[in-house]
Amino acid sequence: MTNKEDNSQDFPGFETQLKSQASNLKDLVDSGNISEALQVISELNATRDQSLYQEVGRLTRTLHESIRNFHIDTARSADQEELSKIDDATDRLSYVVDMTNKAANKTLDLVEESMPIASEMKEEADILKGDWGKLRRREMKPEEFRQLYKRMDLFLDKLSNQSDKVYRNLSDILLAQDFQDLTGQVIKRVTGLVQEVEENLVSLVAMAGKVDQITGTVHEGLEQEQENSIERGEGPQMNAEERVDVVSSQDDVDDLLSSLGF
Amino acid sequence: MKILVVDDFSTMRRIIKNLLRDLGFTNADEADDGNTALPMLQTGKYDFLVTDWNMPGMTGIDLLRAVRADDSLKGLPVLMVTAEAKRDQIVAAAQAGVNGYVVKPFTAAVLKEKIDKIFERIDS
Repeated sequence: MTNKEDNSQDFPGFETQLKSQASNLKDLVDSGNISEALQVISELNATRDQSLYQEVGRLTRTLHESIRNFHIDTARSADQEELSKIDDATDRLSYVVDMTNKAANKTLDLVEESMPIASEMKEEADILKGDWGKLRRREMKPEEFRQLYKRMDLFLDKLSNQSDKVYRNLSDILLAQDFQDLTGQVIKRVTGLVQEVEENLVSLVAMAGKVDQITGTVHEGLEQEQENSIERGEGPQMNAEERVDVVSSQDDVDDLLSSLGF
Repeated sequence: MKILVVDDFSTMRRIIKNLLRDLGFTNADEADDGNTALPMLQTGKYDFLVTDWNMPGMTGIDLLRAVRADDSLKGLPVLMVTAEAKRDQIVAAAQAGVNGYVVKPFTAAVLKEKIDKIFERIDS
């Protein structure tokens, strides 16, 4: 932000004037010079108005600049000046959701495809192992042996093919994790933007606070969100360990529930 | 045993369905929020409900309350599987009559343990 330094200049000017004029005003009123006293009052009013206009002006300018700072590629839609980085950030985050969604589904598809292969191979191997044991214990009749011989051949063929399949699926799963890199980059950019917005908002709030101070505006009734958030939910907790009102593990949940008689 | 899995993310529904299948529960349907789930439950086809908390439309906690307020459904065992981890929320779910509460991210072992516990309690 460029206006951090000049934020505090004019307003104290108004304060000093207010102070000096106040004693002046008192002297005038004491000496009975009412018309000049009124003159001073209207001067004070004028200064106050002027500071107010200045502050509001600065606030508006900063607001405008902040909005303009968030612009991206305005050439893409020159007529639409509201097109902002925020817009872009929303697009980017949707992209993250898309990417993670695709990766998760792809992984799930491949896992769902591989699991039956693995269990089928295991089943057949178990059966062959039984027969093999029979052979080793020399309990196998020649006819059975001929069958085993054929089945073993088929099984080894199949095993080779299916292992290939599972291996390919695993390496596709591996590749599907590339979303982490891409989404990570996008999220980092958006985090940067959010930080920028936050800083700008903080200085806007500071400026608006000044306007409030000059006009004597008092705000009320801004704190009623609490109850709602419990009902709607907040999503995953990032720093569960550092918060007392949040459980940090399944064990904590179990402890809490058992303390409630579960 | 027919199970209804309610979560707004399709991947989470798939993961839960896969885990349930590994645990031997092969018959599971899906719904993406309470508003879709409740009419399905009211058909009386389901024996067990697994639900997320935070969903657009009707949330899991509201679904749980609606289930407990419905005479034909109030005995339905409900397992909450959610990222919501505030103590107040867990207490609220317990008060609303949840049968188990699993916080995400969770493991197959935890899911199995909670489900086993719920059915143990119902059978006894």
